[in-house]
Amino acid sequence: MLPGAEILIDCLEKEDVEVIFSYPGGAALDIFDAFLKSKQIKNILVRHEQGAAHAANGYARASGKVGVCVATSGPGATNLVTGIATAYMDSVPIVIITGQVSTSLVGTDAFQEVDITGITDPITKHNYLVKEACDLPRIVKEAFYIAKSGRPGPVLIDIPKDILSRLVDYKECTQVELRGYKPKITGHVGQIKQVMELIKEAKKPLICAGGGIICADASAELLELAENAQIPVVNTLMGVGSIPLEHPLALGLLGTYGLAKANIAVQTCDLLISLGMRFDDRVTGSIEKFAPKAKIIHIDIDAAEIGKNVRVDVPLVGDLKIILNQINSRLQKKKNPQWLAEIEEIKEKYKIYVPAILEAGGSDVISTAEVMKRLNESLPTDIIMTTDVGQHQIWAGQFFNAKSPRSFISSGGLGTMGYGIPAAVGAQIACPKHTVLVITGDGSFQMGMPELGTALEQNLPLKIMILNNQTLGMVKQLQDHYCEGRYSSVHFRKNPDFGHLALAFGALSLKVTKQEELEEKIKQFILHEGMAVLEIVTSSKENTYPVVISGSGLDEMVGLG
Amino acid sequence: MKHTLAVLVENQPGVLSHVAGLFARRGYNIESLAVGETEDSSISRITLVVEGDEKVIEQVSKQLNKQVEVIKVNDITNDEIVVRQLLLLKVAADLAARQEIMQIVEIFRCRIVDIGKRSLIVEATGDEEKIQAIIKSLRPFGIQELVRTGNVAMVRGVK
Repeated sequence: MLPGAEILIDCLEKEDVEVIFSYPGGAALDIFDAFLKSKQIKNILVRHEQGAAHAANGYARASGKVGVCVATSGPGATNLVTGIATAYMDSVPIVIITGQVSTSLVGTDAFQEVDITGITDPITKHNYLVKEACDLPRIVKEAFYIAKSGRPGPVLIDIPKDILSRLVDYKECTQVELRGYKPKITGHVGQIKQVMELIKEAKKPLICAGGGIICADASAELLELAENAQIPVVNTLMGVGSIPLEHPLALGLLGTYGLAKANIAVQTCDLLISLGMRFDDRVTGSIEKFAPKAKIIHIDIDAAEIGKNVRVDVPLVGDLKIILNQINSRLQKKKNPQWLAEIEEIKEKYKIYVPAILEAGGSDVISTAEVMKRLNESLPTDIIMTTDVGQHQIWAGQFFNAKSPRSFISSGGLGTMGYGIPAAVGAQIACPKHTVLVITGDGSFQMGMPELGTALEQNLPLKIMILNNQTLGMVKQLQDHYCEGRYSSVHFRKNPDFGHLALAFGALSLKVTKQEELEEKIKQFILHEGMAVLEIVTSSKENTYPVVISGSGLDEMVGLG
Repeated sequence: MKHTLAVLVENQPGVLSHVAGLFARRGYNIESLAVGETEDSSISRITLVVEGDEKVIEQVSKQLNKQVEVIKVNDITNDEIVVRQLLLLKVAADLAARQEIMQIVEIFRCRIVDIGKRSLIVEATGDEEKIQAIIKSLRPFGIQELVRTGNVAMVRGVK
């Protein structure tokens, strides 16, 4: 006989859990008590439950394993909600464990009671309210299986306090039997034949690589396809790192905030091979005007994504790594000099646009393009970059010289400010030897800042770069485009002293106010052994360009200079 | 167009709310819904009538299939099916009207299941059309209370 909480811990150990991110509370007391007995699981105490969910997310995305976070009932659980939704939108495998009031109190509006399974129903892949302690082994086994298989996603387990303390016979669960859940893995052979036909016929084929490539660890297979058939590749924000940015076939980020060359390639191609992506509105711009000349092959593990947003000529459901292997094994090497020459022309014509801001400020204003250039020059090869959300995220997505998958971690689907720092905490715990760098803005930083306390306590040598334009720049930019420049609630009239905040968290504090200081300070920042915060003062006037305004096609970009 | 979906789900608490929640948040319209245990007590069957074009119904089916507790989704709209719903209707019936009401009940082959001083309860089963016709015929007498289930449906013959 064992108490539920100890059964839970044992089940987590059997799932090879090594780290959990947690915040304790009354209803979860027994879980934390039981953690003390575990030699395998390291329990990282965060500063806010949302940070626990984001850290589990960053851990999962950096390592490819399932991230785990634990919180108590009521406010502990509701504080997780944004983190759960973030993981859901980006298909990140995390398991969330929440304490709940005792079974006898469930439904009575007891102290710190909240219906977290109800609240998270739309933002979890699946969730459980545990009714019997003897169900725990099966539920934990299922939760991990569901979180990581098929299209990954968050799974929540809500455990009432009495179930955590109740003594029951512990029978291990070794097999998952879910008759309603059988992810399709292998691609339909008939459909694969059609894919091969289309690739053979296409004169201007283009691959769009999404986050699915990274989830499925299918970067090598993607490169094999692209290189053997000489197909250029654009990527979504979630797909950054699926192909090295410097690869001759890589065109970079597409979408409404994408690079011009990538967008023009999409609008020009006659075959779009979409891999592990879902045609989000930020990817397509106006859906009617998207890839007008192209037949579309859509390969994804989630059948519900196919045909949801765009018309698809050949759908293919399954695991990308396996399907790409199926395709590659049938593929005949192909050359396509004419199309690649056209792509080179597009690249030349739409060279990365360096903002001409500097309309307002002159030479003493620091250009973010220059920041990204200097940063890329200083980055070690083992870099993992996380971002917050806003203009800095777009610059990072456009310019970050990603060399490998799992090196770029950003909240793509939900666009959650405050994600960058806790996600970096998780990534650094998963990959202690890597350099983990956060790019953030002065707005986002103030949302994610509490987790610097966690980084301090865990001795994490995070590198935090704040692009401080004293403005919520992306919203300001939207007000430029859609509100005729009427700015409302976007300028911080007073900001805290970020340098002092850095010192308060035991970090090296660096600040750049002049462009000529960039190179040296960035080097010092990256090479510093411990945690470091680099504040770069930028202009609030700078916008991210080019941009596709609402209702326009990807080739109708504004700000092409 | 209206589609009839037969959805087999795990017979567990919370499943119906998952399904209903899915419809609400994705903006699909449920015309009617009926749920009950099947020949296998671990499985419930939800019969859904949903309004939408092919694209909407395809999404509905795919989203339903994604739910872990959903075992199978069948669109049986174009199959040969038997469709029934149940109606209970309390109609005002003084002595003068009773004879006529009983004749209507006879014609529609439904039943009177309760007789009060001034009212009768009529029970009827049938498809949407028949149920509508009964309601229409009894309306002039004064309907005091009306309750009906959603459609349940079954494909004819042996598969």
